[in-house]
Amino acid sequence: MAKGKLTFADIDVSVNVPAGTRVIEVSEKVGAGIIYGCREGDCGTCLMKVEEGMENLSEPTVLEDKVLKENMAGKDMRCACQAQIIGEGEVKIKPA
Amino acid sequence: MSSTFASKPPEEIAPGVNWIGAFDPDLRTFDLILKTANGTTYNAYAIQGAEGVAIIDTVKEAFAEQFFARLEAVTTYDAITAVVLNHLELDHAGALPELMRRAPQAHIYVSQRGLKLLQATLKDELANYHYTLTDDGDTLDLGGRTVKFVLTPYLHWPETKCSFLVEDRILFSCDVFGAHFCDERLYNDLVGDFRFSFEYYFKHIMRPFKKWVLQAMDKIEPLAPLMIAPSHGPILRERPMDYVKSYRTLSGSHLPNELSAREKSLLIFYMSAYGATADMARSVYEGASSIEGVRVSLYDLQGGEVEPFVDLIEGADGMIFGSPTINGDAVKPIWDLLASLVAIDTRGKIGAAFGSFGWSGEAVPMIEDRLRGLKMRVPEKGKRIKFHPTEQELDDCRQYGQAIAELLAGKARPKVIDFAEL
Ligand SMILES: Cc1cc2nc3c(=O)[nH]c(=O)nc-3n(C[C@H](O)[C@H](O)[C@H](O)COP(=O)(O)O)c2cc1C
Ligand code: FES
Ligand SMILES: [Fe+2]
Ligand SMILES: [Fe+2]
Repeated sequence: MAKGKLTFADIDVSVNVPAGTRVIEVSEKVGAGIIYGCREGDCGTCLMKVEEGMENLSEPTVLEDKVLKENMAGKDMRCACQAQIIGEGEVKIKPA
Repeated sequence: MSSTFASKPPEEIAPGVNWIGAFDPDLRTFDLILKTANGTTYNAYAIQGAEGVAIIDTVKEAFAEQFFARLEAVTTYDAITAVVLNHLELDHAGALPELMRRAPQAHIYVSQRGLKLLQATLKDELANYHYTLTDDGDTLDLGGRTVKFVLTPYLHWPETKCSFLVEDRILFSCDVFGAHFCDERLYNDLVGDFRFSFEYYFKHIMRPFKKWVLQAMDKIEPLAPLMIAPSHGPILRERPMDYVKSYRTLSGSHLPNELSAREKSLLIFYMSAYGATADMARSVYEGASSIEGVRVSLYDLQGGEVEPFVDLIEGADGMIFGSPTINGDAVKPIWDLLASLVAIDTRGKIGAAFGSFGWSGEAVPMIEDRLRGLKMRVPEKGKRIKFHPTEQELDDCRQYGQAIAELLAGKARPKVIDFAEL
């Protein structure tokens, strides 16, 4: 199965993850600093900064797009409860 | 409710600007989380301009009668052109649905992040009204009078804003600078001594958001308001800037800083009935103390009270909690301390847990869950040991303390993990 590499810059931990994994499934397990509220793309608590590999994340859904706009998120920001790692690339993130 | 409170007429706080709020002298507990010995007020205001009337906030629903009576004494529903909502909590938006039914032509002004809360407040009725989502610095022209919006997110909800009446330099600050204090004399230079209530309110409502308070003060100071009209308690017309200064002071560190800027502070709290968890605690402490740049402190919770520890934690970078498992749970003093941390900002701090156990060992993972719930980082898996630790196990505890201190000191080596190992 295709594996991507997800790096949490704030704690210097990288995880090899199967394609389709959501960031939220990994970040709490490794104890990274990204925080969650609603966990379903409604509140924007989980905003994260994508330092590298934005192209290796799934496109924002309509729901996430709306939350990003509401929270005036920059181009390099995504919701960690929504974004999925696709394919084999590397993604480097940190809390917003 | 005593009749003198209910019958007090509106108060003209500046020409054409009226206080039309409500008195709630009998309230003793507010929002389930804070007490008041003096009740409270829900302050709402009406601003008369040449081309319209703006209502600033409303009151709690049960006090709507007072609000509408005062409103009717200064204007008519037809004349209302704008309803400015600084905050959608029900103590201020409670009378909104009825106000909008009476003044459906009025245009609602709410911050971007308030929209969802507005929808949840007005439900289907929102479709009957017009609203504008306001950004920082947006203005509302009432004809010769300008209301400028100042976003103050997280003071104390995500959507909160203040409204500034530019020509008169009056800041309608909503919960910011509020106090639960009910006194008909309304102004800070006339009411009873409310200093305690002002600080108490800050500590219970604003303290978790200190970082945001400082950002808000950066926006408010340059406005140099001549009067601050909050949504609870006295209107601050004498020395209003003293209260801005006070918010800055209260948002600073609660305790004088003992650490140098390069040092990190790590606190270890534990409880122990037979000494096993205490032995672990001392080894974790030794291990952590061996890392340069981290100041480590060890506390037996049996000998302390919650409040001072909360102050310590507010200023610390990391915390480790040790508890034995008793009846499938961590012990109550640990939970009391962890439950009290809602009053401060813990997000991003490093947390960890350890403890001795007999057969099931629930305490450690339960504490870790709570730490994650407090939005802390929990990067090292908790350390559990059956009964009293052996020498080897004490060594493990030392390494555990070391690993956490290294993380704090920024000395941890990058790690690569496979998803399946998590
Ligand atoms: C001081 C305070 C803080 C709040 N914080 C949050 C919060 O962080 N997240 C949230 O979803 N709702 C928060 N709320 C909103 C309440 O959950 C909401 O108003 C709820 O409807 C209250 O329910 P009740 O009527 O049973 O008390 C907060 C409310 C208050 C009064
Ligand atoms: S946690 Fe609410 S949007 Fe992600
Ligand atoms: Fe409030
Ligand atoms: Fe309030």
